[in-house]
Amino acid sequence: MNALTEGLPRHGIGWHRIGAMLLRHWYLLTSSWPRLLEMVYWPALTLISWGFLQNYISGNASFFAKAGGTLIGAIILWDILFRGQLGFSMSFLEEMWSRNLGNLMMSPLTPFEFLLSLMIMSLIRLAIGVVPMVVMAAVFFNFNVFGLGLALVAFFCNLILTSWAVGIVVSGLVVRNGMGAESLAWTLVFILLPLACVYYPVSVLPAWLQWVAWLLPPTYVFEGMRALMIDKVFRADLMIEALAINAGLFVVAIVVFVALLNSARSHGKLIQSGE
Amino acid sequence: MHDTHASSPAIDVEHLVKVYRKATAVNDISFKIARHSVTALLGGNGAGKTTTIGMIMGLVRPTSGTVRVLGHSMPDESAEVLGRMNFESPYVDMPMRLTVRQNLTVFGKLYAVTDLRERIGQLAADLDLQDFLDRSSGTLSAGQKTRVSLAKALINNPELLLLDEPTASLDPDAADWIRRHLENYRKARGATILLASHNMLEVERLCDRVIILKRGRIEDDDTPSGIRARYNRQTLEEVFLDVARGRVQEAS
Repeated sequence: MNALTEGLPRHGIGWHRIGAMLLRHWYLLTSSWPRLLEMVYWPALTLISWGFLQNYISGNASFFAKAGGTLIGAIILWDILFRGQLGFSMSFLEEMWSRNLGNLMMSPLTPFEFLLSLMIMSLIRLAIGVVPMVVMAAVFFNFNVFGLGLALVAFFCNLILTSWAVGIVVSGLVVRNGMGAESLAWTLVFILLPLACVYYPVSVLPAWLQWVAWLLPPTYVFEGMRALMIDKVFRADLMIEALAINAGLFVVAIVVFVALLNSARSHGKLIQSGE
Repeated sequence: MHDTHASSPAIDVEHLVKVYRKATAVNDISFKIARHSVTALLGGNGAGKTTTIGMIMGLVRPTSGTVRVLGHSMPDESAEVLGRMNFESPYVDMPMRLTVRQNLTVFGKLYAVTDLRERIGQLAADLDLQDFLDRSSGTLSAGQKTRVSLAKALINNPELLLLDEPTASLDPDAADWIRRHLENYRKARGATILLASHNMLEVERLCDRVIILKRGRIEDDDTPSGIRARYNRQTLEEVFLDVARGRVQEAS
């Protein structure tokens, strides 16, 4: 069989198996209140710190007074990207930490179903962290993220697709290289922070780096957010371009994951997955 | 499920080779395991037992050669058979924060076990898990963990059971009890069992056949009594020492 199709389900998706994986993570989350608290704690802390900074500079700089909320908007959207990837990777790493990957790979769960369950878990983990953040933004800083309207849906879909693509590649690297690659789960996504122009427009970057920035789907989202909040224009063209790049990125991530999984099989890594 | 491969061996290994970088872990081995039999893979550390079992399970891709399980090629057709087999190995654990009952529930659902609650109750009774069914798996003793791993391996009533050192961390009483349970399971289910073990008494008691591996090759393959007779030894343990210490020529 072609190695690239090995991870794909041949008899349709087994939703009962995906349900079993969600149940496994639900049991885990509900067994530990510090885990739940930690998922809320960091987004809330980030929002509060940056929110007060925005309040301060908007009172002292005319640009920020005009573009009120862009900083908080950027923080919330960045957190969707970061927490989405972290939620995916954490759910995956739980299997590595508990040396459970061999059990799963030996079960009828297909790699595709495994990835699908991790995507759903990333949404659940994201909701636990970001929903309180959104409420706090409205209460403390008078910023209603839902005021972005339908654009928010476009922003969210593009960011979550990118986060999953990064999470899939990181998971593949950990399967192939063992826990030595674990730190990538916490650090890799941060390369997007300067390059995707989260807090400043693309025009700030040197010309050659702008080329790199426009290869990254989140760049389109953050530019789109600024266009909406500063110029009051929804740039659908940016969202469509981001979606097109995301589609390509997602396919590449799946191909890379399956290739790394096959390489792990060849090197006997799946029977020593905790090491 | 209708099995169009019912007449094929449970496991069919042909010219199997596994090379890790420059080290040859398994070197051109071939064997067939008949259905409803219990076979032991014997060998010292580094003999290639775990790698062989890994290739049979589809967790390790062979360098060359073929593995067919219940008539299907591994790992390419693993989706066809993984629901009908299961395994227990010291190389994997179950999530530690989940209780035993939660772990068995998750794996039961993964294997689409019907009447799961009843099945867990039955396994808990058979393997004496009732006292710690609602305790976190991470708080269990080594012996308790082994019994839970065995319960997970039996959750789907597998036709084919692969066991790597199934009684390694158990006291003699618990180990004897597990062996009796495996014997009963094999008879009741008509299952095929392949186990890797260092416990020669276990192998003599449970197995119809013994395959001895040394440095990735099959050194011998016969019934336990046939092997003892050939080496002119009273026990498999003595045979094992002969093979491990290179006294095969003298002994034979």
